[in-house]
Amino acid sequence: MSSPCRASLLALVLLAGCDEQARDPRGHPLPETGPLLSAAMNPARPDPRAVDYYKNAFEVSQGQQLFQWMNCSGCHSNGGGGMGPALSDTKWRYGSSMADIVQTIANGRPNGMPSFSGKLTQAEMWQLAAYVRSLSQHVPQSIRSGRTEGLSVGEPSTLRDPHPPRAVTPKQDEASVE
Amino acid sequence: MRKLRPLLACLALSGCHGRQVMLGAAGRDGSMFANLWLVFLIVTLVFYALVLIGLVWAILRRREGGEPATRTGLLVWVGVISVTLAGLSIASWLVDRNMNRAPFTGLTVEITGHQWWWDVRYTSADPSQTLRTSNQLHLPAGMPVRVILKSADVIHSFWIPNISGKQDLIPGRTNDIVITPEKVGLYRSQCAEYCGLEHAHMAFDVTVEPLADFEKWWAQGLLPARAPVTPLQKAGYAYVTTRECSTCHNIAGTPATGQVAPDLTHLASRLSLGAGTYPMNSGHLAAWVADPQSAKPGNKMPVIGLEPDQLNAVVSYLESLK
Repeated sequence: MSSPCRASLLALVLLAGCDEQARDPRGHPLPETGPLLSAAMNPARPDPRAVDYYKNAFEVSQGQQLFQWMNCSGCHSNGGGGMGPALSDTKWRYGSSMADIVQTIANGRPNGMPSFSGKLTQAEMWQLAAYVRSLSQHVPQSIRSGRTEGLSVGEPSTLRDPHPPRAVTPKQDEASVE
Repeated sequence: MRKLRPLLACLALSGCHGRQVMLGAAGRDGSMFANLWLVFLIVTLVFYALVLIGLVWAILRRREGGEPATRTGLLVWVGVISVTLAGLSIASWLVDRNMNRAPFTGLTVEITGHQWWWDVRYTSADPSQTLRTSNQLHLPAGMPVRVILKSADVIHSFWIPNISGKQDLIPGRTNDIVITPEKVGLYRSQCAEYCGLEHAHMAFDVTVEPLADFEKWWAQGLLPARAPVTPLQKAGYAYVTTRECSTCHNIAGTPATGQVAPDLTHLASRLSLGAGTYPMNSGHLAAWVADPQSAKPGNKMPVIGLEPDQLNAVVSYLESLK
């Protein structure tokens, strides 16, 4: 093999590693400070903690683990929806900001969504919210958890259509989407 | 004599009765297998010696220009090999048949393999007598036990080398194996199918004890966890039951009711920590709680980042769970 050929092959191999955010298996536990700042309460200033979670590959994959362990699929069926609403579409009944999702998990919502306060810590709720957002492609590909160690019923998220057809929604729903 | 020393050392070692020995013969299947293995060893050794003798004889008696085959000798040789191979096959078949004929008297243990730990459930017709524990197995000596095997994630394999052969735990289906431990003692079981990063640290302790002791252990295991006594233990209890630990771990008799991680109700009474990874003592317990990802990298327990006083309290409470 000629040397330019070898060099370009090496470059390809090196580039293949650029796609994913570096994952530190230990993570860095984030401090829990203050109450939730919902975007609905103050749209100008979203909760500053949100970005630490949804832009961090480790936190998103921890959220995926919790999603399985807490049996969220019992109603939301791997994000596809069943007894509970789908999480992989772009419709958000109660807002799409991280703080809104954390509030949904913490306090529950009418018609079946139970409250998980006392069962999960706030950090775990943030992780879960980060994963739930990742289901509808609100996070960069480099952060989204591409595979699980365990078996999953659904299609791997890396094989899913990255641009799902936008659901036709009434005007007021469109307004609530971030 | 000096040349024989390594050989003698090997012979002496083969007599060791360790906690994880394949020919330990501590169970019904195990001793049948050990006997069969011995028969095979002796027969194959004899034939190996015969072949070597024949070879040496052929070299010593060689003649120039070749010679017609010694037809009778070869016929006898083929006959002897055929008869012996048939004999070994029959012996193997008989042992296999006897292993499958293990009588079953009623004790059923359900084991679910997880990456990388074992969830153990002693089932009973009376639900209040069903005992859940993790990473340990207590068995009554001399009683056949039916072990139901399931997997929560990937293929694992259940193996107590001293007692019995292997059986796989396959996701999505139920397997079983009947084992009969016979010798009282302490053994080690090891996952026998590569199952990921920490496969080597997926073991558990097996205690074979007289039936009376076993029943006492079962009754003890059904009791709820001990209430915390000292202020430090109480602080630990408050943390464990309200914070991250209770999301995943169960401690019977407390608000901690998670089902996705090992049961901690009588944690301190177990012999090892982290599915046979470390011996159970306060040092290892503290190291584990402080940083499980250094203690057993890749396991599913996250680093919580406890403050030193929280860590002391949690470890003090966990140590009291006898």
